Amino acid sequence: MAKFAKKKDGDLPAVSTASLPDIVFMLLFFFMTVTTMKDSSLLVQNTLPNASEVKKLEKKDRVIYIYVGKPTREYQSVYGTEPKIQLNDKFASVGEVGSYILAERAKKPQELQNVLTTALKVDKDANMGLISDIKQELRQVNALKVNYTTYEGDAFNNLQ
Amino acid sequence: MRTKKTVPEVNAGSMADIAFLLLIFFLVTASIENDTGLKRMLPQENAKTTINIKKRNLFEISINPQNDLMVEDQIIKLKELRDMTITFLDNGGMAQGQMGFCGYCQGERSAHLSENPEQAIVSLTTSRNSDYAFYVSVQNEIIGAYNVLRNREGQRLFNMDYESLVSNYNKVDATTSEKSVLKRKIVTLRAMYPQKIVEPETIYH
Repeated sequence: MAKFAKKKDGDLPAVSTASLPDIVFMLLFFFMTVTTMKDSSLLVQNTLPNASEVKKLEKKDRVIYIYVGKPTREYQSVYGTEPKIQLNDKFASVGEVGSYILAERAKKPQELQNVLTTALKVDKDANMGLISDIKQELRQVNALKVNYTTYEGDAFNNLQ
Repeated sequence: MRTKKTVPEVNAGSMADIAFLLLIFFLVTASIENDTGLKRMLPQENAKTTINIKKRNLFEISINPQNDLMVEDQIIKLKELRDMTITFLDNGGMAQGQMGFCGYCQGERSAHLSENPEQAIVSLTTSRNSDYAFYVSVQNEIIGAYNVLRNREGQRLFNMDYESLVSNYNKVDATTSEKSVLKRKIVTLRAMYPQKIVEPETIYH
């Protein structure tokens, strides 16, 4: 006679959830490595243009960011739709760029003060007038290393 | 009589909840930031310098408010810009035997383009109303032209692209001796085709 106990029908074996924490931790570590902390929330629209000959900004502590673009929708009623400059967490005029760079530079350790890069995160709809003014300001405070931040892609897509 | 004592197991059932909580915290506070871009050096600020250069050594690009591109007095498409820039930079118009003859140039050695890559200057003029996106595309093409030439010479001299030399140099695990070798090669290539891009107010006399 067969000695196999007949399985009781109807009850499914429970799925083991023991590996769930491992999976979640894996996800957690993934996000911790690929993301960076937000240091300022954007007040301006910031769709960057594309370029193919890009270089990566290697060291985060050597970068000063300047954002340029149209104010986002909730600020448009107050600040209008002309492209604006955002420094840290507030809107600024062109004249303030120089002193902002100097202030940021003074915050960095001595040995980094000469190797700082200014990252210009400029919306693709901005026009060159404002950018030339910013560049002029940067030259005046001798912040000559500039990085036009772009997405990596085909530069010809910018034309549409 | 000895009873076998077992250590009670810690209940790990809530571990997943804790991990989820952390995960959600990171998702909310973090953002994937874009950190690639075109690296450029601005010229030094010094009061009113005018330099005299030969017109053949200057490659003039201008962008008008309608985003048209004018290069050396003719209107061209953006797609043609890279090849035109390469032709200009790689011209090597100086005659053989003269000072500044460019031995590695493979250009046509025409009489109205640059004398050698060291003299060659690219000038980019924009109007205040040109689009930033278009300006970035133009910059991209100019840098692309330099990269093509540097890659070519890198392949010829070191069997390696200029761009891969640079990316190897920036690798974290490169040793100091490797780095100094790479640096020497990079500097050689840069000296062969130095990037001279100016954004001036040009005055003609």
